[in-house]
Amino acid sequence: MGNVAKHTIGVLVDNEAGVLARVIGLFSGRGYNIESLTVAEVDVEKELSRITVVTSGTPMVIEQIKAQLSRLVPVHKVSDLTTDGPSVERELALIKVAGSGEQRVESLRIADIFRARVVDSTSESFVFEMTGSTDKLNAFISLMIPLGLTDVSRTGVVAISRGPNPL
Amino acid sequence: MNQDRMIGSEIVLKALCDQGVEVIFGYPGGAVLPIYDALFQQKELRHILVRHEQAAVHAAEGYARSTGKVGVVLVTSGPGATNAVTGLTDALMDSVPIVCLTGQVPTHLIGNDAFQEADTTGITRPCTKHNYLVRDTDKLARTVHEAFYVARTGRPGPVVVDLPKDILMESGPYFGPTNVEHKTYKPTVKGDADAIRQAVALIGSAKRPLIYYGGGVVNSGSAACQLLTQFVEMTGFPCTSTLMGLGAFPASHPQFLGMVGMHGTCESNWAMHGCDVMINIGARFDDRVTGRLDAFSPGSKKIHIDIDPSSINKNIEVDHAIIGDVAHVLEDMIKFWKAAQARPDKKALKDWWAQIEEWRARDCLRFNQSGKLIKPQYAIQRLYELTKDRETFITTEVGQHQMWAAQYYKFEKPYHWMTSGGLGTMGYGLPAAMGVQVAHPKALVVDIAGEASILMNIQEMSTLAQYRLPVKVFIINNEYMGMVRQWQELMHGGRYSESYSAALPDFVKLAESFGGVGLRATKPEEVDPVIEEMLAADAPVIVDVRVDPAENCFPMIPSGAPHNEMLFGPEDTQATISDEGMVLV
Ligand SMILES: Cc1ncc(C[n+]2csc(CCOP(=O)(O)OP(=O)(O)O)c2C)c(N)n1
Ligand SMILES: [Mg+2]
Repeated sequence: MGNVAKHTIGVLVDNEAGVLARVIGLFSGRGYNIESLTVAEVDVEKELSRITVVTSGTPMVIEQIKAQLSRLVPVHKVSDLTTDGPSVERELALIKVAGSGEQRVESLRIADIFRARVVDSTSESFVFEMTGSTDKLNAFISLMIPLGLTDVSRTGVVAISRGPNPL
Repeated sequence: MNQDRMIGSEIVLKALCDQGVEVIFGYPGGAVLPIYDALFQQKELRHILVRHEQAAVHAAEGYARSTGKVGVVLVTSGPGATNAVTGLTDALMDSVPIVCLTGQVPTHLIGNDAFQEADTTGITRPCTKHNYLVRDTDKLARTVHEAFYVARTGRPGPVVVDLPKDILMESGPYFGPTNVEHKTYKPTVKGDADAIRQAVALIGSAKRPLIYYGGGVVNSGSAACQLLTQFVEMTGFPCTSTLMGLGAFPASHPQFLGMVGMHGTCESNWAMHGCDVMINIGARFDDRVTGRLDAFSPGSKKIHIDIDPSSINKNIEVDHAIIGDVAHVLEDMIKFWKAAQARPDKKALKDWWAQIEEWRARDCLRFNQSGKLIKPQYAIQRLYELTKDRETFITTEVGQHQMWAAQYYKFEKPYHWMTSGGLGTMGYGLPAAMGVQVAHPKALVVDIAGEASILMNIQEMSTLAQYRLPVKVFIINNEYMGMVRQWQELMHGGRYSESYSAALPDFVKLAESFGGVGLRATKPEEVDPVIEEMLAADAPVIVDVRVDPAENCFPMIPSGAPHNEMLFGPEDTQATISDEGMVLV
């Protein structure tokens, strides 16, 4: 059967009503796992959107997921960014930390090390913006917990292949 | 351009006509009144008024499966659309090309819980191949044409076009069906030549080969069925069919081993278990066929030909996948086979056939018609003998009678066998037969039914009467939901919980009340005369054949068991069924 592994899949779709529901319905209906999913229009003229979905499964399940996605009528292209050559993955998070005194200073210091930017600040809080790999975000967020972490909003992974070629 | 503008409802009908549609199965309601009004004012399209929207879809399925054309359905919004859902799911599971037009509340009311509003595209998303909500009359013609293209190409399936009432009443441009190709949807029909060559080389090295084919061959067309026959004959290999593939290859052919799967023949299932090269042509390794996955055909290399890439490696990992339309792929395979040097070892093939003949000699479908009760197998066998020389189409409901029909009715040609395979929908057979009869007015159309299933769409007797469709309903009346009773007997200690068909109607009077003919057979010697009488009647007929209520359907591979653990008859009913098997359906 093979081992369960994490895969990042890029899907180019017609940006039409219901397309996201089709993709999500496919995952829930067939019992596939979604670790994260992002979507946005990427070509206004051609009305194309790009979905990046992080999922996990055995090699046979991952093949099924790709075949099932390709079968959806509005899907142009499906690419397994984990296996189809090297790729870059990034995620963005907005992280709210409330506190005062030494803790507040400490959070700012760590943010600096992680290259997180302050995008909002009040006398008792910061909102940090941070981009990076999922692991890096996780590391930063766990460091913020004892320093007064109150809220997190994350985009989920977006990914693109390295080199000159498109999806 | 001006002369090509018309109102939405006329655009819809014009598009249907230009798609070659002759018949629509439908039921009216508020949201589709503009279409019904346009229908009233034209003569090209015939409309069959069903008595329930589920039946409209099954009728369209019967029409489609017996003609190879797209079946068309028209229903209203809300309950009309939700009633169609079972039919759509059935068509999706069995890859039947259907275009279903659903009414919808006007666009400005969508989302307001308006009267008879339902989120039809939301509800039908997982049970259609694709669906559309038309929000602009300018896009209407193109959408309808595209729906037909999607429904019939690639692996066929049902497509819903949801039509808000205002879209049907506004005017817009009409475009013909030329150049309607989808931006993204372009199924592969031609198989990869290298993959086919490799498969042919593997076939050439086989010692114990088996060809296993399914509904995909029938869907590919009559040319595909002929090519299959040619391929089977030129290789000299044994072949077996799924429930859906019956008729793609002549049942009387000596190389045909009968149906495979849960209620398939012993020779088919054991050949599947013991083969060394399996050539799957247009079948999908469904769980009714494979039985226990980890014990499925353990020693074989597997070749899989399918037009749907998602069918490959879904249940069973195969060694060679060929994605393409069966007819195209078989054509190439035959070509390469003729050119190839390698041929299976003659001696090995002969030994393999000798082994198969030994299995075949068990005569696993034999039954014993003795005593006063009619055996269900006997009734179907007699039906076959007395109708085989006519142009006969058979549909079924779901249950034991369906499996007996598959076992004892021999299909020589494709397009003559319509049954609900993937979904197993009780209530399928009567409306499907209706659709077949509409397409083939002169032919004999018989629904082999169970007394429980038939009550699920019995209202269609009224449609048969209205359109003088002389469909014959042949009820194998065992007074039980027999298949449920059989599982309860084998797996639940004979506790027949809620599976007795109590308070049955008098089927003879029921037929008469619908303006049809009602007949009954209670003794074996009455079977032939009653069938003759049924055949003589130029009207809808219900035949109530009272059969042995205790009869079970054998052979049987219980859920979760491998092919070599087969039950052959009553003497085997104490078989132990594993805990894993018990949870399976
Ligand atoms: C709509 C639907 N509901 C329930 C079932 C489960 N089911 C499968 S066979 C069967 C019994 C069918 O009884 P009958 O029509 O009398 O056929 P028999 O098995 O007796 O030949 C039932 C309830 C089904 N297949 N379809
Ligand atoms: Mg019954």
